[in-house]
Amino acid sequence: MNHLTLSRFALATISVASAAAAHATTPAELLAGYGAQAGQAASAARGQQLFTTRHGREWSCSTCHGATPTGMGKHASTGKQIAPMAPAFNAERFSDAAKVEKWFRRNCNDVVARECSAGEKADVIAWLTTLRP
Amino acid sequence: MTHSNHDLWRTACAALVLAVGCASAAWAEDDHHKQAVPLLAQYKQECAACHVAFPPGLLPAASWQRLMNNLPRHFGTDASLDPATVKTVSSWLGVNAGTSKRAREVPPEDRITRSAWFIRKHDEVSAATWRLPALKSAANCAACHTGADQGDFNERNIRIPR
Repeated sequence: MNHLTLSRFALATISVASAAAAHATTPAELLAGYGAQAGQAASAARGQQLFTTRHGREWSCSTCHGATPTGMGKHASTGKQIAPMAPAFNAERFSDAAKVEKWFRRNCNDVVARECSAGEKADVIAWLTTLRP
Repeated sequence: MTHSNHDLWRTACAALVLAVGCASAAWAEDDHHKQAVPLLAQYKQECAACHVAFPPGLLPAASWQRLMNNLPRHFGTDASLDPATVKTVSSWLGVNAGTSKRAREVPPEDRITRSAWFIRKHDEVSAATWRLPALKSAANCAACHTGADQGDFNERNIRIPR
């Protein structure tokens, strides 16, 4: 393979790798995105309500993440420690769009027995971002 | 060499062989205490969020396959993953699954903690200890095994909480 082909190949590989890697984002960006999809203003109050109450099943979001998720949570089955959800207390939260979608998909299924709507996701993020030290 | 020196050497050699033999037997007993299989990065990332990253050798391939094919119904929760990741992790688990006589047993519900070897290994743990709030579940290895996150289950690194 000559030099030109090699560097083109390298560039292509890096691009693919970057695309496949974390979809870097911020809480504000995700909030805006979900809010736009929902076509309504996000509500932190609604978000807190959704997060802390049970929806006909055994667990609420708070069951593992805590009623005010600014500290360590604890998995309800395994006891494993879970880092804080509020982005002001954990800079990793809501920084990877794919990861956020994955966890909303799984955990809403567990808690609400369905997918959360874009509006609900916006509300939850809106509330979590109000939690400051 | 004189006759008596020769006897001395024979005795010494026999003692050495015996000592090494005993040591080997001890190692064989602790065969899952040997150097842990390095964990696939994706396995660690995707399968250690809710519980410790279980060493792949603790379950037979058939158990891993069933677990990976039923992630949306993973011991009571939705642990679903994108198909590409499922394929990669399943492959790795299949290759690194337990093949020792003890690990080949398929435990009930594919639960590590219901394997005969697990139960035997933990038979000194009292019922009261299992009920401690700090433990929560037999699957919470890290509650007592201080090196569980690094795949270290050595007896020397156990600390039972109160």
